[in-house]
Amino acid sequence: MMMATGSAAPLFSVRGLTKRYGARIGCADVGFDLFPGEVMGIVGESGSGKSTLLNCLAGHLVPDAGKVIFDTRTDGPRDTLTMSEPERRMLARTDWAFVHQNPRDGLRMGVSAGGNVGERLMAVGARNYGAIRATALDWLGRVEIAADRIDDRPSGFSGGMQQRLQIARNLVTGPRLVFMDEPTGGLDVSVQARLLDLLRGLVREMGLSAIIVTHDLAVVRLLADRLMVMKGGHVVEQGLTDQVLDDPQHAYTQLLVSSVLQV
Amino acid sequence: MNDYTFAYLDEQTKRMIRRAILKGVAIPGYQVPFASREMPMPYGWGTGGVQVTAACLTPEDVLKVIDQGADDTTNAVSIRKFFQRTAGVAVTEATVEASLIQTRHRIPEAPLTEAQILVYQVPIPEPLRFLEPREVETRRMHALEDYGLMHVKLYEDIARHGEIATAYAYPVKVEGRYVMDPSPIPKFDNPKLSDSPALQLFGAGREQRIYALPPYTRVVSLDFDDHPFVASKADHACDLCGAGDTYLDEVIIDDAGGRMFVCSDTDHCGSRRRAGHVGRLGVPGKEVA
Repeated sequence: MMMATGSAAPLFSVRGLTKRYGARIGCADVGFDLFPGEVMGIVGESGSGKSTLLNCLAGHLVPDAGKVIFDTRTDGPRDTLTMSEPERRMLARTDWAFVHQNPRDGLRMGVSAGGNVGERLMAVGARNYGAIRATALDWLGRVEIAADRIDDRPSGFSGGMQQRLQIARNLVTGPRLVFMDEPTGGLDVSVQARLLDLLRGLVREMGLSAIIVTHDLAVVRLLADRLMVMKGGHVVEQGLTDQVLDDPQHAYTQLLVSSVLQV
Repeated sequence: MNDYTFAYLDEQTKRMIRRAILKGVAIPGYQVPFASREMPMPYGWGTGGVQVTAACLTPEDVLKVIDQGADDTTNAVSIRKFFQRTAGVAVTEATVEASLIQTRHRIPEAPLTEAQILVYQVPIPEPLRFLEPREVETRRMHALEDYGLMHVKLYEDIARHGEIATAYAYPVKVEGRYVMDPSPIPKFDNPKLSDSPALQLFGAGREQRIYALPPYTRVVSLDFDDHPFVASKADHACDLCGAGDTYLDEVIIDDAGGRMFVCSDTDHCGSRRRAGHVGRLGVPGKEVA
């Protein structure tokens, strides 16, 4: 189940992660290892706790129990939950990236496309306008946005372009771990296909590790090496994507797989 | 005079404001919240500056009030009268004679000294306000020194106008830590903020914030390596006193496109004319008393 990266240490490991909303369970006792270059999908129905889990992993929510250990560049494996807030923010704008379902949550709609891409660079200290702009242009090209749109605001972009811009904005600092919350949600199927194609290319090319939350099994089939199925806050099944989808063991997974419409 | 507490505010309020000022001085550039009072003037007329001035005034002080550099505009005149009436302090128009100067939108041209306090009226103290509307978030950004967004604003300026077009309220970084809005002074005045011998206090009444620059504080205007900060001004000399190194106001003088440029600092211009300097449209020998 490992990718051919040669590295034995996990990039990201989660142990006993639990988040409760009062008496209700958000997610309970979730644990997994993610290795460099590996893409993991989290699927499940609405309310199964997959977004709660992702937000806990990315540091947007504080879990009630558990460990979230990230292999940092400088200090080796560290529990991100016990890090100080500045350290966590630094991580969030360098080694981590978060792609929101709705690009409006992840973009600054009043700032030009170039400014959106450049923000993370400037946040980590880039102070050369020409260099920032050149990098922004390069990234717009990589996500197939025409160079002459660099000074346009994302409010004038189509949904698919906004999502691609959000991806460029997140990947510009060369992160090692990307969290994606339904990256193709709300896009029509042909745009989805292009976006998936693009994402797959970028993930392979940059050797990214990614955690993708989605309810769309086609997305995980294309992108994810490994799959985790959630129901009611618990992980009910995990394994290689093809294995889980082709030979589902748990009753819920069987239901999920058989619910996909065949065209 | 006896109808009021000295300088209008009651002693407890002055004490509260002084505590905020002390905290501001201790943490240069940090916005200290304070319980701003209703003042007998509308918001936007300098209610914050007036409260800071009232808390700093002593009976021995000599007060100067300027608005856009001028001593004779409505805002300056009414605030000066207010303190003449409620504090009975001496007032002046000469920068060198003043011990406390309340200003709106300018720093006087004449160099300040260690014996002076400069009080700024601030409409919007938060430099990140128009980039990030959430107050909770901007305070967190200040706390965590998360200032990438400030450069995004400057980036947008260059992308749209070819240069940093922000001409006033130009953001600065104080002692390498807090990013601060220097109030809407022209960026021409930004270099004077740094290493100033005078104590500089900033009061925002509506927003209930006080911040400060202690004397000799390092203040750096934000910029890019390849688009450095430039303290710009109109490319003219003063038409009354001939000064080529002062910040100028443009004045329309007829319906045929005629205009003149004059020093915005009226005291500086007047003293130069009294010393015999004459500009393009000035009349020698016919000067203000």
